[in-house]
Amino acid sequence: MALGDGANTTKAPLQHQKIASKTQSTSRQNMIVDNSEVILSVRNLTAEVDGKPILKGVNLQVRSGEIHAIMGPNGSGKSTFAKILAGHPAYQVTGGEVIFQGQNLLEMEPEERATAGVFLAFQYPLEIPGVSNLDFLRVAYNSRRQAQGLEELDAFDFDELVEQKLELVKMDPAFLNRSVNEGFSGGEKKRNEILQMALLEPKLAILDETDSGLDIDALKIVANGVNQLASPYNATILITHYQRLLNYIEPDFVHVMANGKIISSGGKDLAKQLEERGYDWLLEEAATEVGV
Amino acid sequence: MSATVKTLVNQPYKYGFVTNIEVETIPRGLNEDIIRLISAKKNEPEFMLEFRLRAYRQWQKMTEPNWSSVKYPAINYQNIIYYSAPKQKAKKQSLEEVDPKLLETFEKLGIPLSEQKRLANVAVDAIFDSVSIATTFKEKLAKEGVIFCSISEALQEHPELVKKYLGSVVPIADNYFAALNSAVFSDGSFVYVPKGVKCPMELSTYFRINNGETGQFERTLIIADQDSYVSYLEGCTAPMYDSNQLHAAVVELIALDNAEIKYSTVQNWYAGDENGKGGIYNFVTKRGLCQGVNSKISWTQVETGSAITWKYPSCVLVGDNSVGEFYSVALTNNMQQADTGTKMIHIGKNTRSTIISKGISAGKSSNSYRGLVKIGPKAEKARNYSVCDSMLIGDNARANTFPYIQVQNHTARVEHEASTSKIGEDQLFYLQARGISAEDAVKLMISGFCKDVFNHLPMEFAVEADKLLSLKLEGTVG
Repeated sequence: MALGDGANTTKAPLQHQKIASKTQSTSRQNMIVDNSEVILSVRNLTAEVDGKPILKGVNLQVRSGEIHAIMGPNGSGKSTFAKILAGHPAYQVTGGEVIFQGQNLLEMEPEERATAGVFLAFQYPLEIPGVSNLDFLRVAYNSRRQAQGLEELDAFDFDELVEQKLELVKMDPAFLNRSVNEGFSGGEKKRNEILQMALLEPKLAILDETDSGLDIDALKIVANGVNQLASPYNATILITHYQRLLNYIEPDFVHVMANGKIISSGGKDLAKQLEERGYDWLLEEAATEVGV
Repeated sequence: MSATVKTLVNQPYKYGFVTNIEVETIPRGLNEDIIRLISAKKNEPEFMLEFRLRAYRQWQKMTEPNWSSVKYPAINYQNIIYYSAPKQKAKKQSLEEVDPKLLETFEKLGIPLSEQKRLANVAVDAIFDSVSIATTFKEKLAKEGVIFCSISEALQEHPELVKKYLGSVVPIADNYFAALNSAVFSDGSFVYVPKGVKCPMELSTYFRINNGETGQFERTLIIADQDSYVSYLEGCTAPMYDSNQLHAAVVELIALDNAEIKYSTVQNWYAGDENGKGGIYNFVTKRGLCQGVNSKISWTQVETGSAITWKYPSCVLVGDNSVGEFYSVALTNNMQQADTGTKMIHIGKNTRSTIISKGISAGKSSNSYRGLVKIGPKAEKARNYSVCDSMLIGDNARANTFPYIQVQNHTARVEHEASTSKIGEDQLFYLQARGISAEDAVKLMISGFCKDVFNHLPMEFAVEADKLLSLKLEGTVG
């Protein structure tokens, strides 16, 4: 597969352009203009964990107003990619670059990335016993404000703000007084992630398997939240194993990741094909293209 | 730049300075003559000397306990100075007569004693090495009939009270260190709250060991008479020395009918350096007796200092419907060892006890909870609820839980919950991914972990304790 690296590197951006030009007629699609700002540019990113290569040359460009879906079989590296963008310390980047709004993301601490506008909605949100959800949200919100050179919001103003945002994810205010994610159901945890996203208003939201473990009602709430937060001024990357989520959040681009690389990119039709045919045909195709 | 959970250098100990002051000490070592000398220096009544000598004779027959999980080299009890006092006028009438250097020392520790700067609504007894330096708000308390003074003074002014209660909760031969304390104790605080009085302010004793070779053996006695209430705080610091200092205190609390005593400790003795050199051996016996019906004793402790902590503040629930509580945060870092917990002895009917223990271990430290819940044959419908949570920071710290439960009455109900968690890289990363720095994230998690205990501390102390923990943990996560 090593031979394929070069081929993919040049191919992926080309495909982007092609698809962007035949934009579909959904309402949000019209937000994208060809010259919109590049928020994220990933070039030839390689990474490993405990000496084992996981990412083997990932390329991706995300412009403002776009929604990208990254799909792929289990173990393809898509969750790792999400964690690396957020700065998880367990993964070592071994090559390539990641530019976020002109800044070298890989040199930044996780909290710096967050305050700069990168948001990762966790696949498995962590429980923090004894820390009230409200306190946690306020500290997080004020960290972002501080980084933006804005004054911190006091407890009263923050309460008001958070009440508004609760509507979006249909969360009961009682959640605010419980410990962060402690004893939350899977769906509640995911909604809590979207609540955080709504508060922090990130420039780039990365949703790691946000649909996993959700029943259909919770999925609709979460998808609705994500759709409402998407704007021409931000971008979203959805990491997902199933096409199901894409019925509710319509992506502009669908990428397929396998064995640590993006092996194919296309529009939302690609997701439908994957649903029908699985991943194997793509993997085979990729193998043929690079002449293995 | 990866932010792995690992131990880095600690924040230097802020209270490690030494006060240069002329002191009066007695020769090293321990024998009956030394005990007579201490007693004479303090001009004690005859019964006190008898008490000390009996204790000493018992102590000689005892052996040092070795059942706890703490390890330390043998202590040479003949190499300790058992009495050290700053040289000053025999009896101080007012603060003006106290050596300004001493006042300065306490000011530096954040305990201003002078009229103008006193802590509002907290009366302070300041103890320096072996003697009490000053007690604030004495007159105001006297108006309510509350006696708050050093135990030396109480022996002069209220010998009948001391005689009646001293050793009634912790007998002289209770254990090795209590016997030693009973023989040589130098000073400590004395509180008596009369019938029906709610003590109008927090009472507080601040202990400071200054002399490098002195052991500190203080003795505290608190008596809450019928229908009374008192809240008492204790704080402690010591300079940094390479050698270990011994601190073996005894605290006795007595609550009569319907009385309540709330006893809070923030212990910040010098803990030794990161390699375990120096620091205080804190071997303390604390016990409260709920003698009266409906009485209540509540221990809240925040243990952050000392090279070794060995203490089990306990409640003996004799009075029917009496209540014992124990809320504890014990934090160990570097090479510190803590073996701490409580004993709840249910004797009366409908007695209730609650134990909330939170242990935090960082560095290469070892932190053990050891507790006993004993329900006697006559303790009808006694109830106990215990929670012991441990938190580990990094990969080299240890946490143990040793709960002992003995039930001799079938109507009793005893519940015990325990958990061990780790401040994991993933939790930390989760908070960081929301823009919260690693240090702040640890603070947030520790505050959350300790919340159930801090809620029981008086307001000012809770804030202080929170800050203290953050300071102690600074650099443990990087």
